[in-house]
Amino acid sequence: MATSDKLTDLRTAIHEFVHEGCHLSIGGFTINRNPMAAVYEIIRQRIGRIHLYAHSNGQGVDELIGGGCVENLEIAYAGSGRFASTCIRFRKAVEAGTIRVEDYSNYQMSLRFQAGAMGVPFLPTRSGLGTDIVRRWGFSKKMRENDPRLPDSKLTVMENPFGEWGDVPKVVLVPAIHPDVTILHVQKADVQGTARIEGLPFSDVEQALSAEKVILTCDELVESERLREYPEQNQIPHLRVDAVVHIPYGAYPTACYRYYDYDPVYLARFGKMAKDDQSYAEYLQEYIYGTENHPGLLAKIGEERLKRIQADARTGYAKDLDRR
Amino acid sequence: MTRYSEKEMMAVAAAREIRNGDVVFCGTGISMLAAMAAKHISAPDSVIFFETGAMDAQLEELPLAVGDSRVMYGAAVNRGLSDAFAFMQNPFSGRRVVGILGAAQIDPYGNLNSTAIGDYERPRVRFPGSGGACDVASFVSRTIIFMRHDLRGFVPRLDYLTSPGWLDGPGARERAGLSPGGPEMVVTDLAVMGFDKETKRMFLRGCYPGVTPEMVLERMGFDADVSRAKEIFPPSADELSILRERCDPQRLILG
Repeated sequence: MATSDKLTDLRTAIHEFVHEGCHLSIGGFTINRNPMAAVYEIIRQRIGRIHLYAHSNGQGVDELIGGGCVENLEIAYAGSGRFASTCIRFRKAVEAGTIRVEDYSNYQMSLRFQAGAMGVPFLPTRSGLGTDIVRRWGFSKKMRENDPRLPDSKLTVMENPFGEWGDVPKVVLVPAIHPDVTILHVQKADVQGTARIEGLPFSDVEQALSAEKVILTCDELVESERLREYPEQNQIPHLRVDAVVHIPYGAYPTACYRYYDYDPVYLARFGKMAKDDQSYAEYLQEYIYGTENHPGLLAKIGEERLKRIQADARTGYAKDLDRR
Repeated sequence: MTRYSEKEMMAVAAAREIRNGDVVFCGTGISMLAAMAAKHISAPDSVIFFETGAMDAQLEELPLAVGDSRVMYGAAVNRGLSDAFAFMQNPFSGRRVVGILGAAQIDPYGNLNSTAIGDYERPRVRFPGSGGACDVASFVSRTIIFMRHDLRGFVPRLDYLTSPGWLDGPGARERAGLSPGGPEMVVTDLAVMGFDKETKRMFLRGCYPGVTPEMVLERMGFDADVSRAKEIFPPSADELSILRERCDPQRLILG
């Protein structure tokens, strides 16, 4: 059994693996299991010019953009459900031309991570035939040619090389993604980096396996023996993980199934303050730069609010939580 | 007569179209309400399915996003996005799926824009993007579309085609390589629109109580056949109590 201990603190992990201009992907979906502690630490360390890959991470993407960390974005969906039908800082940045964005569909993004994880240059799908997602590029030919980490074209339509086999005349080829680093927040991990995601894994596993480096943050650090009692319930092998950080509430203010719900108070306040640049600067100062680390932010939120979002043992979320 | 809101009428109008045996793909917001209501109204044996990978979600409480933990509780299977989209791309299962979508713009053939208004590179208004909408619209045999009925939304030409409808008419989906089938109806705050079997163009299927075909046409940027329009029944007391008491007691979506 490997015994390497990858346990570290978040400041060190972000400093070591997330660099100015790096290609980054983060796990989670809309308002669930985004690696928010890591997102806030990236903002605190003022790491900029990030090339970000996501399918539908709402809150994490919006905060990284709001924090001025993102230069380019490849994405399927920027929304946080009812809290922001379009992510607010994302929308402002795209309309102001301060970030470049290239659109895909969710399945295309999942397959792109899958292709990266498999070590093949592309995978086929029928999604997107006849649409502007195939026709319109967010990144120019020139930009692609100048960046060895980008494929020379966005999506390619190919005739089915097997003729009528599969009853599909054409397919869209989606290029693989190879992030420099993927950051996930998971429910359980051990010090080596074996991880167990509870509830929906979204595309987290493909995202991790497609990356060169992987940072895991976890709500609970558990003994390896315990995870190895049921290996079929684990999704990420320690062999692909570079850093493990134990951070209770590491997905806060997004949800972590069976641990805590999203915090509607925080998300609503964020939504309000994100609407103009002045109040957003105050938000950043008060909640992110003004707190030393994630425990600092949680202390500011207070035990009472954290208690309200505790997951109910039966349902895995905070039952009857006031979400208005 | 019981009073009801536009959103209640819209949710009920869509819920009535869902049948037993349908696998209902729903997005955020009113489409979840429609899918939840359908299980109590017309289709107790329909199955709710999310792109995030939750299959046959139980939805004791209304989720506020498709990634909400509320879609995970009590599901038959929780897998990931790859499995959810493969389920729809695979014709064995995909043909059973009815997708419920929304958009910022729709054209006469039911193609949708949920990406950007204005230039794509430097849009006047940026929307969230496809999410799973393009995938669903590419794969499944029926889609129901929620739209606000106004001139900004019902346009002759989209600024950006995010999700394929009938493209430019009969045979276009097959030529492009998409699944047969496509948009079935558009549920708006005024009316329900259908798509002609032959021409694939949008027509007026029915108006809500108090709405005339003229009012509908005034709020569209293209012409539509109104000769087949029938009145749509208002929500019944039963339908309303299902929506209000069982689906959205906090009025998170109903407002």
